[in-house]
Amino acid sequence: MAVTRRQFMKVSAAGLAASSVGALGFTGAGEALAAGVRPFKLERATETRNACPYCAVACGVLIYTMGDRSKNARSEIIHIEGDPDHPVNRGTLCPRGAAALDFVRSPNRLKYPMVRKPGSDKFERISWDAAMDRIAKLMKEDRDKNFVAKNRDGVTVNRWLTTGFFGTSSQSNEAGYLTYKLVRATGILGLEDQARI
Amino acid sequence: MTNSWNDIKNTDLVLVMGGNAAEAHPCGFKWVVEAKANNGAKLIVVDPRFTRTAAVADVYAPIRPGTDIAFLSGVMRYLLGNNKIHQEYTKAYTNASYLVKPGFKFEDGLFSGFDEGRKAYVDRSGWDYEFDEQGMAKVDETLQDPRCVINLLKAHVERYTPEMVERICGTPKDKFLKICEMIGTTSTSDRTMTSMYALGWTQHTTGAQNIRSMAMIQLLLGNMGMPGGGVNALRGHSNVQGITDLALLSTSTPGYLVLPTEKETTYADYMKSRAFKPIRPGQTSFWQNYGKFFVSQQKSFFGAAATKDNDWAYDYLPKFDVGYDTLKIVDMMAAGQMNGLFCQGLNLMMAAPNKTKVQAGLSKLKWLVVIDPLETETARFWENHGEFNNVDPKAIQTEVIVLPTTTFAEDEGSATNSSRVIMWHWKAAEGPGEVRSDMEIMSDLFSRLKTAYAKDGGAFPDPILNLTWNYSNPHNPDAAEVLKEINGYAVEDVPDPADPSKLLLRAGQLLPNFGVMRDDGKTSGGCWIYTGVYTEAGNMSMRRDASDPTGKGVFPNWGFAWPANRRVLYNRASADPNGKPWSERKKYVWWNGSRWTGPDVPDYAPTVAPDKAVGPFIMNPEGTARLFARAAMPDGPFPEHYEPMDAYIANPLHPKVTTNPVVRVFAADANAFGKPDKFPIVATSYRLTEHFHYWTKNAHANAVLQPELFVEMGERLAAAKGVKDGDWVEVTSQRGSIKAKACVTKRLRPIMVDGKPCDVLGVPIHYGFIGLTRKAHPMNVLTPPVGDASVQTPEYKAFLVDVKKTTPPAQSPAVA
Repeated sequence: MAVTRRQFMKVSAAGLAASSVGALGFTGAGEALAAGVRPFKLERATETRNACPYCAVACGVLIYTMGDRSKNARSEIIHIEGDPDHPVNRGTLCPRGAAALDFVRSPNRLKYPMVRKPGSDKFERISWDAAMDRIAKLMKEDRDKNFVAKNRDGVTVNRWLTTGFFGTSSQSNEAGYLTYKLVRATGILGLEDQARI
Repeated sequence: MTNSWNDIKNTDLVLVMGGNAAEAHPCGFKWVVEAKANNGAKLIVVDPRFTRTAAVADVYAPIRPGTDIAFLSGVMRYLLGNNKIHQEYTKAYTNASYLVKPGFKFEDGLFSGFDEGRKAYVDRSGWDYEFDEQGMAKVDETLQDPRCVINLLKAHVERYTPEMVERICGTPKDKFLKICEMIGTTSTSDRTMTSMYALGWTQHTTGAQNIRSMAMIQLLLGNMGMPGGGVNALRGHSNVQGITDLALLSTSTPGYLVLPTEKETTYADYMKSRAFKPIRPGQTSFWQNYGKFFVSQQKSFFGAAATKDNDWAYDYLPKFDVGYDTLKIVDMMAAGQMNGLFCQGLNLMMAAPNKTKVQAGLSKLKWLVVIDPLETETARFWENHGEFNNVDPKAIQTEVIVLPTTTFAEDEGSATNSSRVIMWHWKAAEGPGEVRSDMEIMSDLFSRLKTAYAKDGGAFPDPILNLTWNYSNPHNPDAAEVLKEINGYAVEDVPDPADPSKLLLRAGQLLPNFGVMRDDGKTSGGCWIYTGVYTEAGNMSMRRDASDPTGKGVFPNWGFAWPANRRVLYNRASADPNGKPWSERKKYVWWNGSRWTGPDVPDYAPTVAPDKAVGPFIMNPEGTARLFARAAMPDGPFPEHYEPMDAYIANPLHPKVTTNPVVRVFAADANAFGKPDKFPIVATSYRLTEHFHYWTKNAHANAVLQPELFVEMGERLAAAKGVKDGDWVEVTSQRGSIKAKACVTKRLRPIMVDGKPCDVLGVPIHYGFIGLTRKAHPMNVLTPPVGDASVQTPEYKAFLVDVKKTTPPAQSPAVA
């Protein structure tokens, strides 16, 4: 019989009445107690397969969220643990991965776009629209002014050297590919990530 | 990794050198424990510190930071001198028998062709084989000719005697010889050694040559392509392998293709040096397909705008003059040559060497965009944090825009682990506040730029206007759609070359493998090595079949390993030239009389019989692996020991050429390097088990476990400086100084270098002035702004400092 993790937990909760408590002779009381035992929170949670965000062992993790994942409902991540099916980590996590929930829930998560104006000593909140408009404008201004179509020998080089882009080794392949396409299409040569620092 | 995490269980001997897997990759290290427990494997650890990996080693030996090539060259000398090499493998599968041109020489620390003025090997024509009239490399199968690669190698490493190794590395001769002997036992057909390394090998001015030295050792032992063998890079970030493959690197394009230089003015010019004709009879030389991968990639980027008539939009790609790596970008910033910078999930202020220079560079930018899920020092570089970041915000005119992003738990897509396995992850929840994913941010930026260039024109708008972004939702593409584009598809119907009445591919069909890619524009594909990850059979990165039918740790239906779902690279070499496994114990891929078979996908044409004598290293035009690198490396065809740029001693091998002669030093950094008279202690940086780079200082549990910066120092050094455990010390290098608490330990002991004791100081990297940990001086204040001669990875692992007892920081390091 294939037993899923969830079924296993249900069976365990029922077993509490059948064995441990029952063995002590509190049969009737045991049933009442079992009925009153709070089911595991994880039983009502949604399980999502993901990978630890840290090193390149990329251990499989299971993320548990509360909420039924329906539209307009916000899910809350309540628990992250190792994926026992994953061939590399087989359910284990190291001190970093085991605390991944504290990264997701860090009080230092950025939540809104912000701008720090020249000479200012603080960040101010701005809208996504204002932030993205400003960035596109700054990029276009610098690119149009400093784009090098031909080098000194008159050879077409189509490069833009006055703006650089550090990408991240922590994004997905798909996000990295889109980043690559856009950055290269602008002619930026200063494109790097953590791969060789 | 050439092999995989799971494959480590097949090994007989593990050498951890240049890494500390038990602490930095704990769940991968379990496979070392597995090999020790169930395969009788032994573990050797060579490290300046007695790490937790060393604590479970069978043999531990200390080494002075930055001297790995001397150690490994000494190992090669031992193997060659004691006939502990796999003779048949070396002869058949490496270039051991090839004759090298008479122009190649090595004298007084320099290879032939050096130009003193330009600090470069300008003439590398001698670094090559002799060729016959047909353009085939000449060989001497008897290995008697003194110009054979193997004989030149013997002569080159002859200087690295055990005494010389001890003098340079400080590794006691008896320990060194014990390790040589253990390594030598894996030269037999039925035993393998695996090499596990990380940044302890890459972060040196000789980084690439460190790794090359190990590759040479594994070739001499016959351990490449074998189960439980290989050279295995334990990489740092969860998707650093994928982002390397996809080429977020200044002179690369996805799939290890190279961006054109400005000397390659046309596509024809570009391809001239990329013909990759075989240089031995009958060889595969797989890079002959380069044009198919390049044209398919251009079709993927620029769609219908990439045509034969416009050289597949060749001019849409920027052409480079020099590399614009991290150190170069920072140097340009500091020189006021840059106006704008994006930092997407990379905390430059913490991650780059010489923090003072980075700070100055950021302050000269007109604008900085930080895209990150967390608060970073980079976003707040302009903010005064007392002595930890003593700046005047009013004087800094940089506009900083911060965009909040999702974390791993809040988006979906694929990532590639260190074993090259591409695996999908699913979204678990929405992120907090107004966070957006990197994909959505890049799409928004693209949309605004395209609209602006379409409306107002501007500098060379063509590549922006023609960039493909034809996703169902172009403002927030579905990751699966993007992975399909990376995999590639047929642009139009492709007839079967064997029978033109039939179709090989119909228009729109996802490509089953990179073998069907074409250079006529009929196929599109963003990254050829990923082709096969998303086929008509579905998204292979989502596969979660945890079965391993042969028990060899292959897991062929778990995710998708590039290339072609191959789990061990060069695995054809696990069989002898006749196609028989070298031994029953290490049987992996073999010829069954009609095809290559075994638990893994053969790294070879599946039906080419052994009698065709096609070499197993199909990517090289020789078909063999290189003990002699030809002109592929800027600093020599053989590795050579050079001191770190902060040189602790004059190089005992050639005092006039102490450091790597072709290292790039910027004019601004001419005085950036320290000397031992002022800075007599060797320092090295490292990671703690409880922290990940500069993120987890923002996570509560990690901040509780390791709350503040400290430096590790040995008892001898502490006594000499009057420092007790827990005292505050000031650590100073030529670049600047930091304050930290001292952790006095037996894990670091003086190493006897050139007959004198050398103290080593250890500095963990994780602390800064933002986070839940106590505020600290970023340790990269200390590190030198110089990189590996081959790939410019900064030299974080070996630099000179002095240390003295001090008072606590003026501003009490409260929790930030």
